[in-house]
Formats: sequence, C-alpha cells, structure tokens
Amino acid sequence: MSTPVLTQAGAPTGVPASARRRPRVGPGLGLGLAVLYLSLIVLFPLTVVAWKGVEGGAGAFWSAVTTPDSWAALKLTLGASALVAVINVVMGTLIAWVLVRDRFPGKALVDTLIDLPFALPTIVAGLVLLVLYGVKSPLHLNLAYTRAGVVIALLFVTLPFVVRTVQPVLQELDRDMEQAAFSLGAGPWLTFRRIILPNLVPAMVSGAGLAFTRAIAEFGSTVLLSGNLPFKTQVAAVNIFGRIESDDTASAAAVSTALLIVAFAVLIGLDLVQRWGSRRG
Amino acid sequence: MMGFVGMVTRRILAGLAATALATAALAACGDSDSGSGSGDKAEVTLSLVAYSTPQAAYEALIKAFQKTDAGKNIKFKTSFGASGDQSRAVAAGLKADVVALSLEPDLTRLVTAGLVAEDWNSGPTKGFITDSVVVIATRKGNPKGLKTWDDLIKPGVEVITPNPFTSGGARWNILAAYGAKADVGKDKAAGLAYIDSLIGNVPVQDASARASLQTFTGGKGDAILSYENEAIFAQQHNQELDYTVPDSTILIENPIAVTKNSEHPAEAKAFLDFLYSEAGQKIFAQNGYRPTVSGVNTGVTFPTPSGLFTIKDLGGWSAVNKEFFDAKTGSIALIEAKHGVATVAASPSASPSK
Amino acid sequence: MAKYLLRAIALLYLLFLLILPVGLIVWQTFGDGLQNVIDALTSEEAIHAFQVTLQVAIWAVVLNTVFGVGVALLLTRTNFPGKRLLNALIDLPLAVSPVVVGLALILAYGRYSTVGGWLENAGIQVIFSIPGMVLATVFVSLPLVVRAIVPVLEEMGDDQEQAARTLGAGGWQTFRRITLPGIRSALGYGIVLCLARALGEYGAVAVVSGKVVGETQTLTLFVEERYLNYEVPAAFAAATVLALLAVGSLLLTTLLRPKDGN
Repeated sequence: MSTPVLTQAGAPTGVPASARRRPRVGPGLGLGLAVLYLSLIVLFPLTVVAWKGVEGGAGAFWSAVTTPDSWAALKLTLGASALVAVINVVMGTLIAWVLVRDRFPGKALVDTLIDLPFALPTIVAGLVLLVLYGVKSPLHLNLAYTRAGVVIALLFVTLPFVVRTVQPVLQELDRDMEQAAFSLGAGPWLTFRRIILPNLVPAMVSGAGLAFTRAIAEFGSTVLLSGNLPFKTQVAAVNIFGRIESDDTASAAAVSTALLIVAFAVLIGLDLVQRWGSRRG
Repeated sequence: MMGFVGMVTRRILAGLAATALATAALAACGDSDSGSGSGDKAEVTLSLVAYSTPQAAYEALIKAFQKTDAGKNIKFKTSFGASGDQSRAVAAGLKADVVALSLEPDLTRLVTAGLVAEDWNSGPTKGFITDSVVVIATRKGNPKGLKTWDDLIKPGVEVITPNPFTSGGARWNILAAYGAKADVGKDKAAGLAYIDSLIGNVPVQDASARASLQTFTGGKGDAILSYENEAIFAQQHNQELDYTVPDSTILIENPIAVTKNSEHPAEAKAFLDFLYSEAGQKIFAQNGYRPTVSGVNTGVTFPTPSGLFTIKDLGGWSAVNKEFFDAKTGSIALIEAKHGVATVAASPSASPSK
Repeated sequence: MAKYLLRAIALLYLLFLLILPVGLIVWQTFGDGLQNVIDALTSEEAIHAFQVTLQVAIWAVVLNTVFGVGVALLLTRTNFPGKRLLNALIDLPLAVSPVVVGLALILAYGRYSTVGGWLENAGIQVIFSIPGMVLATVFVSLPLVVRAIVPVLEEMGDDQEQAARTLGAGGWQTFRRITLPGIRSALGYGIVLCLARALGEYGAVAVVSGKVVGETQTLTLFVEERYLNYEVPAAFAAATVLALLAVGSLLLTTLLRPKDGN
C-alpha cells in the first residue's frame, strides 16, 4: 500500500481527485495485472503440466491419449459433460425463470439452496447420491454403477451454474418490451422467444460453458457413484489419477492436456456463439 | 471510461500488493507457530506421514509411546492419506520424520528421491513394520458359501475389489488371486485365466481399498477382496461382514522408515524402536495387523494359511508392476481392456443396466 | 396454467437432485440426536479444521473478487487484442481435474521446482502450507465472480457510466456510484458462489495441503478422514456446517441488498 501513497505525496486531496487528473492509461495496466494474476495462478502451473505431457514428442502424447482405457474415459467424460451442459441450459433457465417470475411459498428457501452443491465436499455429494440412487435406494431408483449415475452426479455438482448466470439477467431485464409485445398481441411463447430469450443467450451459454468445464474435471462425486469400471464408467479424472499412481506423470499430463485442449476449444466456440447471440439481441 | 478502468486496476494493484504482503506474513506466522509451539526446550515434534488404514493404530501407538521414558517429551504431527499420495507428497517436499506406507514401491520412490537411506530394509524385519494377508470377506453368515478362490468365479457372484491402476494397495488383491491360481507364478497362463474370470465378476472398481469396502458394506456385491486388517477394522466398527483367509494367499508387508532429512533422527529412531517392541507390536495386533517381529507375545492369534507366499516369490515389485500393471502392455491392463470392450459392446450405453 | 406447469417441473427436478440429497445429509446428521453433532464439532481437530477452512476461503474470495471485478470490466468496457483469448482462458481452471491442479501447483511451486526453490530460500513455503492451499482454492474458483457479473455488465450497457464521465466524475466515483450499484446483486451471487466453492473444495487442496492433522487439515479433509474411519456422524456433521455456512452467507447477501436500490 505504501507505493501509491509515495507517488501521490504532493496531492493534497484523496484518491478520486488524483484519479481525475491522471492521464487515461487505457486497459494496459489493468490488463497487465489481470494477465499476471492469471499467469501466476493458472497459466504457469498448467504450462508446466502441458510441457510434461508433450515433452516426449507428439507421438508419445498421442499414444498416451489413445491408450484404450484413457480414450474410453475421455469419450465418456466429454459425452456425459455435453449432455449435462444441455440439460443444465434447459433446466437451469427454467429454474431461474421460476425463481424470478413466479411466487410461491418457500421460494426464498429454494433460492437459497441452489448453491449448496458447491459448498458440499464432493465426497459427501457422492455419498448421499449413492444412498438415494444406489443399491438400497429408498426411491427404488438404482442408478449407481452405471453411466446414468455419472450424469446424476455431474448434474448435482453443476446445478448452480446456469441458474446463477441467468437469474441476475432475468432480474435486470426491462419488462417494458415484454408488455409492449403482449399488447401488440404476441403470445407468451412468442414473447419469450423473440424478446426474452435473445437477452438470456449470453448468460445461458456462459453458464453452460462453466457447467461443461466443471463436469469434465469432476472427480469426487462421480468416482463413488459410477463404480469406476474402466471402459464403462471410469471418468477421465480418475483415469488421470491412475496414471499418477503408476508414476506415469507424462501420460497423466498428456491426458489432462487433451482434456484442456477440448475444454479450451469448447470455450472459444461458446464465445463465438455468445457474440452471435448478443449481436442478435 | 479508460481512466475509470485504470483507476479500478490501480486499486487492484494496491490490493494485490497488500495481499501479497499479508500472505508472506501469514506464511511467516505459520512458521513461527510450529517453531514456538513447544516452549520447553526438551520438547521435540515429530512428523509422521502414513497411509490411511492404520490411523487408529498409530493414534493409540503415539499415546502409548508418549507414556514411555523415550517418548516423554515428543509431540507428533500426523498426516494420513492414500499410500501413493503420501509418498508423492513427501517426495515433493512434505516434511516428514517417519514415513509409514502400504507397499514397498511407495517407499522405494523416496529412496530414489534421496529422502530415505538405501539401507532402510537392512533390519531384522527388512524394514517392514506390519504384515497382513489378502482375505475373502462376505456378508454376515456367508449366505453364498464363498470360501475359496474358485468360489469367486462362479457365475452370478459379484466380487468387489478396487481398481489396481488407481489404488496401489489394490494390487495386493490381484496378486493374491493370481499367485494362488498360478502356483505362485509357475503357471502364468492359469493365473491370468483366473484373473480374467475374476474381473468378469467385478461390477465396481473403486479408487481405493477403503472406498471399495464402503461400497460393499453399502450393499453392493457378494464378496470383497480385502486385507485382513481392513476386515477386522470394519468388524470393530460394527460393519456386518465375515471373512475367510484362503489357503493360498499373499503376505502383505508394510514398510516404515526414518527420513534422511529428519531434524530429530534420534527421537524418530526411538519411535520406530517402540513400534518394533512387544508393546508396539501388540497395539498393531489389536488393530488387526500381524506382527513382523518374531517371538513377540501379542495376545492375538492370526491363522497361518498353508500356502502363504510373498511378493518376492512372484518376482518382486518392479518386475510385477512392469509385467502386470503397465497401462498399455501389462497383462492386467489387457484383461481389463478385453472386458471393458466386451461389456460396452454387450450393453450399449442407451440401456444402462437397471 | 403454464405457470404452474413450469413451477412443478422446476420443483420436481430440484426435489430429486437437490432437496432429497441435502435433506438426507441433515437427517443423517441430526437423526441420532444433537449430542453426537456437538461432540463431533467441538473436537480440537474439527475446530482447527474449521479455522483453516475459513482462513483459506476468505483469502480466495477476496482475491477472486478483486480480480473478478477488474477482469469483468476489462472484458465488457474495453477493447484490446487477445480479449477473446482472455475470455476463454478465464473458464479454463474449472476444466482442470482437482488432482491435476494439485500436480500442477506442486510441479510449479513445490520445493524442488525452480520457482519453489527461490521461494523456499526466501523463507516462504508455498506447497504443504496455507499459501499453497489458498492458491489451489483461488485456482478452482477463479471464474465464478467474473462469470456472475459479465452478463449484467453487458446487459446494463455503459451509457450511464459515459454520462457520469461527461459530467466530470472520476473513475473510482463512476465505479462506486454507477457501476457498483448496477452489479451489486450479481456481484453478491458471484462472491457467494466463490465462497461456497472455496468451502467445499476437496481434491486440489487435498494434494497441496499435506493433510497434516491440526495444521493444514480443512473441514472437507476432516469430513473425508472421519468418513474413512467409519465415523459417519462426525463426517455428516462437518458437512452440514459447510452447507450452513454457504446458506448463511447467501442469506446475508440477500439481506444486505438494499430494498430501494434498483
């Protein structure tokens, strides 16, 4: 804190005054700091891992990724995560809508509970889901040790993303346009599709992207519920862990790097969709 | 507009500088905590890094040790976790005076890293503090009558065992079954054929030994391959199961060592001496572990199977890991692949099993 | 009619996915009476784990809030080359499996890495102590604040901010008077989401903490340890505390939100 004070030693007034006189610096400084923060915490460590993954050359990288069990785990993880993202877009938007536009007793409680999947240790999440949907399911829904179990676990841990990105946008949304559309004779569905949806698309896409990326990395809850059977229900994160356990850090790094590349491609793709969406809106 | 962003970022900068300073202070604070924790000069703090299953045993052992003359002024910091995780953490810089692990390769990793002396296994027990055996655990009363290795590959029997690729400890289970059916490594084909049938009966492969035991007590499966000490521990904690020690099974040997960079090697050595003493071995025995010191009276008797063999009989860990557990070429990896592909083809993902 | 249908679908979905599982946790916790819970939570280990968790979570939330607001403003209010790259990079941490986060941080900042070696010489131990755990938690919760406020900043537009600038308001003043009130509720959500994630983080912290009982053991690590030792009531009690913390902080932001502000 001392440095800024020193540079402003001559200024009699507080910070806002000096800010007013300061020349505009553009995004340079802020950008530099943001990139530095991101680099120290995320990019540098990930680069070290990626480096481990490709150290052995493209051949070694590819061979590690296409080892049958890793390949199967990658396919399962990406497929399940994509499905989870889609379900989240539909259900998350619907839940956000009900929470913002509907009124019913207990709404505040439901609203409060949405974030819980985040705060629970994943091992507890896996545990209770196993009790509810496992061998001794009181609901007679035995989904444990199947791919459906993987999806349920992922839906649980990713629940808040779309709800929490769409909800604030819905709250901020100006309702004049809707009322205008109504008064011009548009039905509720048409109003939703033409007036509301375009405004929600960026948030929906953003939430789906977060849910997808969170899902491909999930470890704790899926491992309990999936049964972790190689080729069938083993997710990539567990497969990577297996490589680390076998002291094969290079393969572990290669599989994680592959997952990262896919995630990154998806994020770039979503960014394009988002732009397209907001331009239309 | 731009100035406003610049202003905000300036605030961020100041904030970051402050937090960086505070973090450094925090780290320093943590250091002084551990340094001044004792106050009394004679007091020494030992760090014990151990695998998770003997946690209860070590907690009892530490209490007992502190009651002896040698352990009077010794405090402990303990860390328990999966054997492989703990070994990797120590190799990456986690402070440890004593390391207790589940299997030899995890200790060898520390020898390679230069953290444990090469002659760690030169003592009378070859560096092993406890033994156990792989057992077949079943539901209370053993309703399906599963007692032998052959019973486990009967059609319709569900056997739980952890995934040998994510749990180093789970390799004991696979090797017990393999060794028993391969005439201790002499008939490889028979051993692998048995493992092939066994894997076909395994519906769940949890990531760790304890997790698979939880799966079993949660209601899945007819039998579980487990360690004797795990089965005893589960029974002591009111989990309903019975177990059988098969006639032919593998001797599990758990290594322990003092690290080279220990700041208190004499005290650490004293702790190890206590663990090897009759009193120490007795506490291990009460917690389900077999003593490694011969001739101690623990008051607990463990059945000795007629066909007990060790990892050495199968060629030692490094040969076994390469031959069976290499992710691409290992025999077990190939068997897993065969079953995985077959199951996926037989039941497409569109119709997950009920 | 459509209204009731939507409500029914949303509530049914939440019932099966959220309310039943959470209800089960609460039931398992309090099913055997309150005494077990009190015993479990007043043990020295539990109290220390709780303190460590709070310490790490608060650091992570503060850092990510400052970073999140800054980056969200950069992304919505400025243009620079590589903006879309930055936008995509922000979400990347979520895609990294916790085990790999731990591995990456150890490779980058561990005692035997180049950077970790420097820090060690400077007397700062990152990995297997609190700073490393903060780092891991910041890593996994990095995108949450940014993603919560970017849509609102976009929706809000910068007309009012421009107007304020024209009227001679400084950057900080504009931010405090115009931007902040506009994003307040979204920022609140983002912070709570970040806090919840920080409280519940398990995998990455497990790897970089060293799991030293009474020192670097967090509440989630405590939950795991108790669970593995067949002490399920203690595990569930600690999990309930984590859940209550999250709910409590959420309620707090809801209450603090000014009713008149729009």
